[in-house]
Amino acid sequence: MLSFIARRLGLLIPTFFGITLLTFALIRLIPGDPVEVMMGERRVDPEMHAQAMERLGLNKPLPAQYLDYVGKLAQGDLGESLRTRESVWREFMTLFPATLELAMAALLFAGIVGLLAGVIAALKRGSLFDHGVMGLSLAGYSMPIFWWGLILIMFFSVSLGWTPVSGRIDLLYDIEPKTGFMLIDTLLSDEEGSFKDAVMHLILPAIVLGTIPLAVIARMTRSSMLEVLREDYVRTARAKGLSPARVVFVHGLRNALIPVLTVFGLQVGTLLAGAVLTETIFSWPGIGKWLIEAIGARDYPVVQNGILLIACLVILVNFVVDILYGLANPRIRHQR
Amino acid sequence: MKFHTTDYFKPSRPFNADDVLFTFNRMLDKDQPFRKAYPTEFPYFTDMGMDKNIAKVEKLDEHTVKFTLNDVDAAFIQNLAMSFASIQSAEYADQLLKQGKPADINQKPIGTGPFVFSKYQKDAQIRFKGNKDYWQPDDVKIDNLIFAITTDASVRMQKLKKNECQVTLFPRPADIEPLKADKNLQMPHQAGFNLGYIAYNVMDKVKGSNEPNPLAQLKVRQALDMAVDKQKIIESVYQGAGQLAVNAMPPTQWSYDSTIKDAPFDPEKAKQLLKEAGIKDGTEITLWAMPVQRPYNPNAKLMAEMLQSDWAKIGIKAKIVSYEWGEYIKRSKGGEQGAMLIGWSGDNGDPDNWLGTLYGCDAVDGNNFSKWCYKPYDDLIKQAKATPDQAKRTELYKQAQHILKEQVPITPIAHSTVYQPMSAKVKGFKISPFSLNAFYGVSVDQ
Repeated sequence: MLSFIARRLGLLIPTFFGITLLTFALIRLIPGDPVEVMMGERRVDPEMHAQAMERLGLNKPLPAQYLDYVGKLAQGDLGESLRTRESVWREFMTLFPATLELAMAALLFAGIVGLLAGVIAALKRGSLFDHGVMGLSLAGYSMPIFWWGLILIMFFSVSLGWTPVSGRIDLLYDIEPKTGFMLIDTLLSDEEGSFKDAVMHLILPAIVLGTIPLAVIARMTRSSMLEVLREDYVRTARAKGLSPARVVFVHGLRNALIPVLTVFGLQVGTLLAGAVLTETIFSWPGIGKWLIEAIGARDYPVVQNGILLIACLVILVNFVVDILYGLANPRIRHQR
Repeated sequence: MKFHTTDYFKPSRPFNADDVLFTFNRMLDKDQPFRKAYPTEFPYFTDMGMDKNIAKVEKLDEHTVKFTLNDVDAAFIQNLAMSFASIQSAEYADQLLKQGKPADINQKPIGTGPFVFSKYQKDAQIRFKGNKDYWQPDDVKIDNLIFAITTDASVRMQKLKKNECQVTLFPRPADIEPLKADKNLQMPHQAGFNLGYIAYNVMDKVKGSNEPNPLAQLKVRQALDMAVDKQKIIESVYQGAGQLAVNAMPPTQWSYDSTIKDAPFDPEKAKQLLKEAGIKDGTEITLWAMPVQRPYNPNAKLMAEMLQSDWAKIGIKAKIVSYEWGEYIKRSKGGEQGAMLIGWSGDNGDPDNWLGTLYGCDAVDGNNFSKWCYKPYDDLIKQAKATPDQAKRTELYKQAQHILKEQVPITPIAHSTVYQPMSAKVKGFKISPFSLNAFYGVSVDQ
């Protein structure tokens, strides 16, 4: 097992450097520099431009800039935003809890509904419910997030008035961000009704962000369940006279979950990518919106290190999933 | 007049001349201690040429300062009213230097206005409280002023409809009619202090091409100008929320010459002019369309398509080109475009902010996207800028506007109408011509 972990860890180092090089190069391939973008239609005074570029360290040759960047990274310095001059790490840590809270709510929604729908569809294979779930999940998978978000806002927020339109909490509440997780912060605050308000704000964005993972999980659970239910040991369990619930959940679902687990890991990437759009629609102050604005403003340190941090997160989650998978399935562990 | 008292700064004295000196010396002098501690540039200040023109700033007494300029600049006072020239507290700056936190001058601002900064949550909200010490206490009628950062126009409108916010801005043209019909809302509007126009690159050769540039010929520009069906553009692109533009600045700008008329829409005459200029049928030019929505142009792509069709009728094939915004500006400053869509919103109410900033020879590497440097015109606007007498200035600017109209470096399209949707409960809100959102004297009925 240890050599398995070591092999996986060994792969992380080149991946990490690959990402630094890629983000460094990609953001610089987009033409226009931060000073020019800031000036928009206005004239850029060449002298002022040169001064600003020098202050930002952007007048050096590219290889020197890359070495500076990697050198700072090695010391754990993620630099500061060119626009706000705040440390990138601090900005990330301020905004990340909002994204994490949203992603966890979305995953919870996708996990519970997806598993249930998948299991029932497998048990009632060929029924109207099965076709319905598969059809809906295909629709959910292909739905443009932006459109879906606006439709939900129009229906649930504007027509029915059940949920708020956007934001994390009503502006009347002035919640001190202690942990950055609004649900926890509202519980810690003494403002009455704020927790319920935060939950109401979370519902629509979680549904929108959770739709694609939900579709994937439902389809995956269904096909994995169908395969497992055909296995000999399930037949044996039934023949032993075990209750149908026990056969399905203990013997069936538990084994069917192994491939679904991998899907969960892969969905973290989808969730973070989807967060960019969901956060824009719902004015959710998370890292997705932050990165989009940073790209527009050519805020190099934020783009480079923001993407790097997210990539590390995705790698980490998938690493943990790999290990869990290795634990659950010894055949993977011994492959070389 | 008092500076704000907050939990991070308690002023010991009222606003005085030292604050003005601090503010301007910081922008003028790279070695000023605060600027050394927190290096930054002042692009607006530089763009207005103030860094070169202000020779010195002196304190005469507590409440009087004297600016000495190198050259006469009739627009100087107007320029001082722009946001970049807001006066900072010298005492607060000293405190920040001592604490070693100069960056807080941006993150935790101190001013003298009707609202006091209280909190900023990144990408979410900025909170202000009413300033009880404001010098005109009647203007402070709101206790809590909160800006909820909402970047999507449709979401902003939904929030307004649900009373999650009371004032919003930049509605999409398609939302204007439904919003007007909503009884719980009001929709004040005002002729925009802006101009959306086509800039024709008049360089002999467009950058990156070896072919002669047809737009360098006056007759070709005149032909394109008279082939544009502006009325149709106002109806489709601005959806009625725009005013047809004739001149190179908006009619509300003083010195605007209302005697100037547009060339009549006449495709036949345009064809004739192209023939005289020796332009073959099917000649290709590029037409650049902005990738972004701006107050002066809500839908540049649609506008470009309409122009393409108008010009096709006189035998000019316009190829629509668009780049990401930063790239668009950079390449067009370099002169790679043929005709391009662009525009401007006035900064300070001075005619030079249009006629000099956008069409003067000094701006050829900057906002003068036509690259048009015409001495008779440039002499007039330079002379006007150095003339303190407003009546004389007006005369010079009027002459300049005539020359500009004859030489057609641009085709003015429209001044968009600015709509500011808000709840019917909001009272006393005035639309600012400079696209600011001021809450002096604004109240909300409960």
